[in-house]
Amino acid sequence: MEYFIQQLINGLTLGSIYGLVAIGYTMVYGIIGMINFAHGDIFMLGGFAALIIFLILTSFFAGIPVALLLLVMLVVGMLMTGLWNWTIERVAYRPLRGSFRLAPLITAIGMSIVLSNFIQVTQGPRNKPIPQLVSDTYHFGAITISLKQIIIVLLTVVLLAAFWYIVNKTPLGRAQRATEQDRKMAALLGVDVDRTISITFIMGAALAAVAGTMYLMYYGVASFNDGFIPGVKAFTAAVLGGIGSLPGAVLGGLLIGLIESLWSAYFTIAYKDVATFAILAFVLIFKPTGILGRPEVEKV
Amino acid sequence: MAGEPLLKVQGVETYYGNIRALAGVDVEVNRGEIVSLIGANGAGKSTLMMTICGSPQARSGSVIFDGEDITRQPTHLIARRRISQSPEGRRIFPRMTVLENLQMGAGLDNLKYFKEDVEKIFTLFPRLKERQSQRGGTLSGGEQQMLSIGRALMARPKLLLLDEPSLGLAPLIVKSIFAAIKKLNQEEGLTVFLVEQNAFAALKLSDRGYVMVNGKVTMAGTGKELLANPEVRAAYLEGGRH
Repeated sequence: MEYFIQQLINGLTLGSIYGLVAIGYTMVYGIIGMINFAHGDIFMLGGFAALIIFLILTSFFAGIPVALLLLVMLVVGMLMTGLWNWTIERVAYRPLRGSFRLAPLITAIGMSIVLSNFIQVTQGPRNKPIPQLVSDTYHFGAITISLKQIIIVLLTVVLLAAFWYIVNKTPLGRAQRATEQDRKMAALLGVDVDRTISITFIMGAALAAVAGTMYLMYYGVASFNDGFIPGVKAFTAAVLGGIGSLPGAVLGGLLIGLIESLWSAYFTIAYKDVATFAILAFVLIFKPTGILGRPEVEKV
Repeated sequence: MAGEPLLKVQGVETYYGNIRALAGVDVEVNRGEIVSLIGANGAGKSTLMMTICGSPQARSGSVIFDGEDITRQPTHLIARRRISQSPEGRRIFPRMTVLENLQMGAGLDNLKYFKEDVEKIFTLFPRLKERQSQRGGTLSGGEQQMLSIGRALMARPKLLLLDEPSLGLAPLIVKSIFAAIKKLNQEEGLTVFLVEQNAFAALKLSDRGYVMVNGKVTMAGTGKELLANPEVRAAYLEGGRH
């Protein structure tokens, strides 16, 4: 039983990270109907940004408190990845809006390759380690919870609440939803559609940066390749939850995290990715709209 | 500049790909007027409405609003000059509530006048008040029409463009909508340019009217003149007051 609970906790942590990344996939899909395949690499960039900031800060300000260090890593990482994703949208996606459906998909895959190769060339192909930032652990009988896990889950909850608020209760969120539902009408009402789409990319990237930083902190390494497998898993989470749905992305993320850790615990760790992607295939076959996705029936 | 028309459309040509939908249209709307545009399906009436809003943009000719050339401006900037449209097909945001749809209309002023304006809309269309927390996509066609007009009014427009406001509505509601338009026009000086299939009601309401055939304006005159014109009567009025 303790073992099971321990796995649940581990799965929840991992699932939070996937959920944060999945939100970026789902928001961009919602607003312009394309899968931003470079989003996984934005997540990877977030990890590297955090790592570089960590190295700079620790070498210049030796005794810097860990909380402040983490905060700066997060904020600067969010700004940097936001800028990256904004640029990608401007140069690679916006000119193709209104083109045939496959065009943005192809450039997205292209951008994904560009980003991971860029990091491979500039940062090297080897895994980059980072020392333990937070090492406290708490024991409850046989169950161990680390402070890292608590930070990850709490941060996810806070960000989700903030996001939910922005999307549902602010003028910006209304403009985003309007753009998602009818771009032309949104413009007729004075919404700057291009700007709204740009902001959506920045918001998605900021969450991915947080996820990247958490991932780095949790596993202690960053690799140019991190955008691929974790990125596709987050994409799976978005599809599982119902692409286009924010709560769905989080739910999907948590489920993927749980499945992955439980599978590794009770079956074979070697096949954990197979389990995850088998789920993607099953969802696509039996319930393409995902758990919380909306069926495409509407009165017009 | 009281003499200048509020909206001046000069020689506008609009294309969809290679197909010319507007073939040199000239239309003027003066401040405080109600002007209607009548014509058969496919004559280009809705295209003209959308061209005024820059979506699509005119390929040649010009659209002058309030003395400024807006032909090449992006749609959202045209909207910010307070040209407000209830477009063809109503275009309600289906997954937003009625209230949120109205909030979208009031976005230009950051909801500053939302409370007082929304009360006006609810007085105009009490039905919307009952449905305010319902999603736009679940409304009936007539309710969506009311919402679309209400949303356009929420922007406090200088020029209100209405594309077939009577479409899908029961005759009684059409009457009340037209009465409401007249009232806004008389009491608040709202300028209205409307497209209608229901030519009789539209011309009766309007100060002036234009008749459009195949992307061209073929006739113009006061509402009364057009109502009395034998050609207009034959083509758009007799054989059933739609």
